[in-house]
Amino acid sequence: MADETIPRVSGEGAAPVLVPGYTLRTVTDKISSIVIARKIPWTWWPGFGLSALALGVLVVSVAALFYWGVGIWGINRPVMWGFAITNFVWWIGIGHAGTLISAFLLLMRQQWRTSINRFAEAMTIFAVICAGLFPLLHLGRPQFFYWLFPYPSVYNVWPQFRSPLVWDVFAVSTYFTVSLLFWYVGLIPDFATLRDRATRRWVKAAYGVLSMGWRGSASHWKRFETAYLLLAGLATPLVISVHTVVSFDFSISLLPGWHSTIFPPYFVAGAIFSGFAMVITLTIPIRAAFKLHDFVTERHLDNMAKLLLTTGLIVAYGYLSETFMAWWGADPYESSMMKDRLEGIYGPVYWVVLACNVGVPQILWFAGARKNVPLLFVVALLINVGMWAERFVIVVQSLHRDFLPAAWHLYTPTFWDWATLVGSLGLFSTLMFLFVRFLPVISMSEMRALVHQRQGKADA
Amino acid sequence: MSRRGDVYGLLAEFGDPEGILEAVRRAREAGYRRMDAFTPFPVEGLAEELGFHRSAVPAVVLAGGLIGAAGGYLLQYWLNVVDYPINVGGRPLHSAPMFIIVTFELTILVAALFAVLGMLALNKLPMPYHPVFNVPDFALASTNRFFLAVEAADPRFDPVRTREFLQGLGAKGVWDVET
Repeated sequence: MADETIPRVSGEGAAPVLVPGYTLRTVTDKISSIVIARKIPWTWWPGFGLSALALGVLVVSVAALFYWGVGIWGINRPVMWGFAITNFVWWIGIGHAGTLISAFLLLMRQQWRTSINRFAEAMTIFAVICAGLFPLLHLGRPQFFYWLFPYPSVYNVWPQFRSPLVWDVFAVSTYFTVSLLFWYVGLIPDFATLRDRATRRWVKAAYGVLSMGWRGSASHWKRFETAYLLLAGLATPLVISVHTVVSFDFSISLLPGWHSTIFPPYFVAGAIFSGFAMVITLTIPIRAAFKLHDFVTERHLDNMAKLLLTTGLIVAYGYLSETFMAWWGADPYESSMMKDRLEGIYGPVYWVVLACNVGVPQILWFAGARKNVPLLFVVALLINVGMWAERFVIVVQSLHRDFLPAAWHLYTPTFWDWATLVGSLGLFSTLMFLFVRFLPVISMSEMRALVHQRQGKADA
Repeated sequence: MSRRGDVYGLLAEFGDPEGILEAVRRAREAGYRRMDAFTPFPVEGLAEELGFHRSAVPAVVLAGGLIGAAGGYLLQYWLNVVDYPINVGGRPLHSAPMFIIVTFELTILVAALFAVLGMLALNKLPMPYHPVFNVPDFALASTNRFFLAVEAADPRFDPVRTREFLQGLGAKGVWDVET
């Protein structure tokens, strides 16, 4: 797959992508043992328990929502979107880094993607599940969600294809489907490995069904690689389009703070930024819990930190451009919106955004900070918070003051708003815990190919 | 169709990708054609050595993309212009720029579905049973061993001489494969 003549990106002194000394067998043993072993690290149980508890919070919140309706949230006129759309944009953005790692870095032949792509893709799928939940819950009458799709109904009316909200339905459902396909195709050879190594009969049967009878035939690998590469080529523009479409939900409208041409690139960069922060947030504990330091080395963390810094700077440029345009455009509504954003009642949230997304990442200019794992973890967490706050500001602060002062209204999140957010985190982490237990967290077949390539060189 | 009824062929085991590449090359030179190689990761050039040069996957994906693009655009055109036109603020019913996004998404969606289903169909998967699974050592084909199967259906196949030939290629072991 990857060419052997690729220059080292980080210079000769950098940590290797894979600690030398592994063979095809040891690399497979190490990764498959996490899944097949009867024992898992004890830390899994409290983690899973806590996640399941938070998932329970989601179940209760959704039940309450279905019973009482969206009135239990703090939404009002004009702040109709509230937490639901904030959470939607935040979650879907998180998914983007997973696709970027698995698809874009594959096209760029970046070898360091190999050991992180599997769980980054899992993160994408679970994040999109969480994201997809919110617009549906926000519908008010969620039982009619299927009205969003063009199906022949007795009403004869079809979806309005000139509306960004319909575009969203197509973009998000395509994104989910393609991410799932990409993930599953990559898993097929690994299912075969697990099938061949499982000792318990039903485990063997389960992985056998999932592997579809994969036997590693040469012509199968050839078609597999072609299909995988083409999927990567399709997923890359798709991921750009998804957050572009999400930004259209805002920028197609006329609201000050939303109606801006910078939105598509600014949203895409923000999505990748928050997604990489989440990948780092997940990588560090998984690597520690399963002792994967040989596969996910300092090099991976260093590269991801650099991407975090890069995308963070693009996001900072977005903030700057918005502020500049508010002044330069000399539109009284736009400039009063910006003044309110900086000094108004939601001002402190915006300052948190600037601190977390513009200030904090600057520490990553220093190589020492990128190598300091606990520090990197804290930086990633702060960016997660900052990006959530950014979406809150975009949604709530822009909406709460539009053109007519008579229509202005404050938004205060209720208990159920917070419970649903916490619950969605529970859904995400429950799925993540189940994933690390039942599926290989690192692609074994790609790691074997990497081991083989590395043997060719003077053991890098 | 196997000549001897109960034998699918012979399976030879190799320890590294270079070994299997060399074995396939020599077996082709010796005139064997009905062969397949099984490896734990894609070995560059192996499919070509076996005489498999062009995969139909790209053509299938292109077809999927074209179907998705045409279908997506025509869907919107028919729904919003022909079947139930709604006049929104006097804007043209056929508002092409607004149709780009759904067309794009459906292009990607159908192309991706064709890529995955096409790849599986061309590989004749899912196939839960295959004779090579009868050899116990074949379980290592998904870890660190490389296998060459010569089918009994090959005109040059001979149970004894083919076995000797495969052993002469440096195989770690040669097994009979039952159908």
